[in-house]
Amino acid sequence: MTIVKHELKQGVKAFAIWTFAIGFLLAVSIVLFPEMKEQMAQAGNMFASMGSFTAAFGMDRLDFSVYKGYYAVECANVLGMGGAFFSSLIAVGILSKEERDKTAEFLLTHPVSRVRILNEKLSSLVIRVLLMNLLIFAMSLGMTELIGEQIFWKEIILLHLAFTLMQLELTGICFGISAFMTRGSLGVGLGLAAIMYFLNIISNLADSVSFLKYVTPFGYCEGGDIVNDGLDAIKILIGLTFGALGIAAAYGKYTRKDIRA
Amino acid sequence: MEAIKTEKLTKYYGANRGIDQLDLRVDRGEFFGFIGPNGAGKSTTIRTLLGLISPTGGSARVLGFDIVSDKQKLLGRIGYLPSDVAFYAGMKVRDVLKLSADLRKTDCAAESAYLCERLQLPRDRRVDELSFGNRKKASIVCALQHKPELLILDEPTSGLDPLMQKEFFDILHERHEQGATVFMSSHVLSEIQRNCSRAAIIREGRIIACDRVEALGKTNAKRVNVHGSVPIGDVPGIRDVNRQGDTLSFLYSGDMGQLLRILSEGQITDFSVTDPDLEDIVLHYYEKDGVRS
Repeated sequence: MTIVKHELKQGVKAFAIWTFAIGFLLAVSIVLFPEMKEQMAQAGNMFASMGSFTAAFGMDRLDFSVYKGYYAVECANVLGMGGAFFSSLIAVGILSKEERDKTAEFLLTHPVSRVRILNEKLSSLVIRVLLMNLLIFAMSLGMTELIGEQIFWKEIILLHLAFTLMQLELTGICFGISAFMTRGSLGVGLGLAAIMYFLNIISNLADSVSFLKYVTPFGYCEGGDIVNDGLDAIKILIGLTFGALGIAAAYGKYTRKDIRA
Repeated sequence: MEAIKTEKLTKYYGANRGIDQLDLRVDRGEFFGFIGPNGAGKSTTIRTLLGLISPTGGSARVLGFDIVSDKQKLLGRIGYLPSDVAFYAGMKVRDVLKLSADLRKTDCAAESAYLCERLQLPRDRRVDELSFGNRKKASIVCALQHKPELLILDEPTSGLDPLMQKEFFDILHERHEQGATVFMSSHVLSEIQRNCSRAAIIREGRIIACDRVEALGKTNAKRVNVHGSVPIGDVPGIRDVNRQGDTLSFLYSGDMGQLLRILSEGQITDFSVTDPDLEDIVLHYYEKDGVRS
């Protein structure tokens, strides 16, 4: 647990900043709903006439004038993008930073196996992702109560569960990438999260590329799909397989890796 | 029993040679020096022994443990001081020392405090605010606080002022007297000469000489220092000639009668003939392609 504690301490500032930023934006979105309720009814008509634009952002199957629909698009987008960036960033640097900052020599010359280092670093990532999502979920429930809206338990739990799984998938993939990098990995993490987000938008635009929904984890986080049909187990299973492959790649690479001076 | 034993230990980085069929033996309780210029393979040897890089051939045992299959066991008994010290940014010295002790599952608080006091290391400062010398001291405490059986030190005194170097070597000798083995690589040959009982010279990834430090100096070459003028011309056996003002210094290996004849032909105010120091010897080995004369 020494490395878990060490990683959590090292990452506490980034964790606090990201959790606060996502939580704050989500809270603002929720607080705005009562004022925007009526405008949203009109906006709904406007969006309905915008064709594939509404489909691109998954807004074609939801009613914005009700809190459930508004939350599934507006609030989930904040948590979706923010959570994806957060999980990718913390995971993609977790192994490579040791070589970049030359602390690998310090860590790896202690009697700690590389498998234990991987186990504990991965645990610290999972703890941070779960804790961040728990805090955001609790805050979200609190804010929903505050504005006097009814909590739509099933849908909100499924929405937050999907985003947590999406972040865990990205964590696994970026953990794998991190084992292969020696420096400058943050751009890769941000880039990956952004690409995945846009792949989902593209997949919503045309049927010919709809298979991309099985590639990007945003594919199983569509608010409209979750609210109307629940979670898509196949997409989630494929996504978690990608995450597991990333983790396996990290173990395969890092346990044999030559650490540069 | 050996503290370090390598047999044909080889490490290639792709096509580039790191070390090539390196055979080295360091007995327990020795104070051993490891000499060679940059790129000779010193750090590659050390990094391979510590498991930071994997050998591409051969084998090595440290304190009786295989460096590949028993890595954790041997690392628990080693203290390592890297040449380039780096710690986690934002941590205080005391937290770094505690982290190192926790990773070893050992309570080193008393020894850590004692060493910090001897080395005058401020424990409440953040490591990224420290000078290079103080970071080096923090690394020394990390390497020593758990009282390891074997100390592997890579260029240990770079960044330390002369007073701290003395204190550091005092601590090393105390540990050595208590039974620890010290394996030290250094560019500062006088350090090796003053402190080590045996030394190995590495060249292009291979050990070209390994003996007691005094024995390494027993070549038939002599360092000749002359004040005045001497007509050395192209006399065979003279090399490494340095002239500064009226002082002439050169290494001579050959007939001593001939040396005396040359000196008697010059205008000399003073002269000395001494055994060469370690620096001369390393130069000698490098010029002679590893063949001792």
